[in-house]
Amino acid sequence: MHEWALAEAVIAAASEIARKEGLKEVREVEIKVGELQQIELDILEFALSQLKPAKFKHTKFSIEVAKAELKCRVCGHKWFFKKEKLDESTAEAIHFIPEIAHTYIKCPKCGSPDFEILQGRGVWLESVKGVKQSNG
Amino acid sequence: MVDPRTSIIDERMRGIGRIIAVSSGKGGVGKSLVAATLALTLAKKGYKVGLFDLDFTSPSTHIILGIEGVKPKEEKGIVPPIVHGIKYMSIIYYSGEYVSPLRGADVSNALIELLSITRWERLDFLVMDMPPGIGDATLDLIRLIRNIEFLIVTTPAQLAFETVRKLVSLLKELKIPVIGVVENMRMNNSKTIQQQTMKLGVEFLGEIPYDPKVEEAIGNTNKLLGTTFAKKVEQIASKI
Repeated sequence: MHEWALAEAVIAAASEIARKEGLKEVREVEIKVGELQQIELDILEFALSQLKPAKFKHTKFSIEVAKAELKCRVCGHKWFFKKEKLDESTAEAIHFIPEIAHTYIKCPKCGSPDFEILQGRGVWLESVKGVKQSNG
Repeated sequence: MVDPRTSIIDERMRGIGRIIAVSSGKGGVGKSLVAATLALTLAKKGYKVGLFDLDFTSPSTHIILGIEGVKPKEEKGIVPPIVHGIKYMSIIYYSGEYVSPLRGADVSNALIELLSITRWERLDFLVMDMPPGIGDATLDLIRLIRNIEFLIVTTPAQLAFETVRKLVSLLKELKIPVIGVVENMRMNNSKTIQQQTMKLGVEFLGEIPYDPKVEEAIGNTNKLLGTTFAKKVEQIASKI
C-alpha cells in the first residue's frame, strides 16, 4: 500500500498545477510509472480514485509504464531492468527506494554498481489538462 | 514532467513540532552519536520523538542504538517502527548489511522518496542524523522542509571548526535557524571553540568531554544513557 502515498503525492502535485494554471476542472492527468519501482498499477489507480478531490471528479488518470533503462558509468553498457532476476526481498527493497538498486544490481558487463538510471525510475507527472476558469 | 513527490512532503511533516538536523562540516566528530543520544534523551523525557538516519552511504545510528530485527509497517506509505521509544527510520531496512554506493543525485532521490512516503504522524521532535558536509542531503532538506533547524557538532580541532564556519555562513545566508554548536570530544579546558562560536553569532550549547566509555556502550542504550557523554547531551537537550 505504499502506492497510496505516491497517489497522494500525484493528487497534491496535480492540484498545485491546476491551481497555478487556473483550472476549474481537471479532465486528464498523465502519469508515467517507471518499471524500476514496480508499482502495482491497480492499487495506484484505486488510490487515485479514492483520493481525488471535487475538481478531479471527472478526471481520467492515464498511466503509462516506462521501461527502466540503466547505463554503466564505468564501461558505458546499457541494459534494461528485469524484476524477474531478483529475489522477493530485493525487489521489495527497490520498490520502496529505487536507488537501492545500486546495492543489489551490478552492470552485467563489468560488474560495477556505479550506473545511471536513464529512465523509468519512479512516478512522474507528464501533464495535467482541464477546463480553465472563465475570467468573468 | 513534474516530480509529484515533493508536493506531499509538507503534508508528511505537518504533525511534527520541531525538525532538528544534526549536522557537521566534517565527518568523525560524533554527529551520529549526538543525534542518537539526543533522540533517546528526548524520548526518555516523555516527548514523542523520531530519528531519521540520513547518512545513506554510511548509516550508523542503528548500531549505536542496537536496532535489529524490525521493519517499517506498510500502511498507505511506510510507518517507522518504535524502538527504545523512538520512531526510527533508516535506509538499512532496505539495504541490510550491504553497501549503498550512491552518487549525489541518487542520495537526493532516495531522500525525497523517504520524505514523501514516511508517515511520522504526530511528533514533538524529529532528529535527523545528517551525512557530513554541505552536500545534497543538506541542500535538499533546506529546499524541502520549511521549518528545519540545524544543530552543529564539532570537535576542538581547528580543521573541524573551519568547516563549521562555512556551514554556519551558508545557513545564515539562507536564513535557516541554527540552534547552536556542540563541542564534542573535548580533551582539555580550552574555551577556543566556545569563543569562536560566539564570534559567529551562534549559541554555544555546551562541550562534551571525550568519554572512552561510549565505545563500550555502543549497541546498548541503557549503558549509553549511563555515560558522562549522555549526561552532557541531556544538559544540551534542555537548552534546545
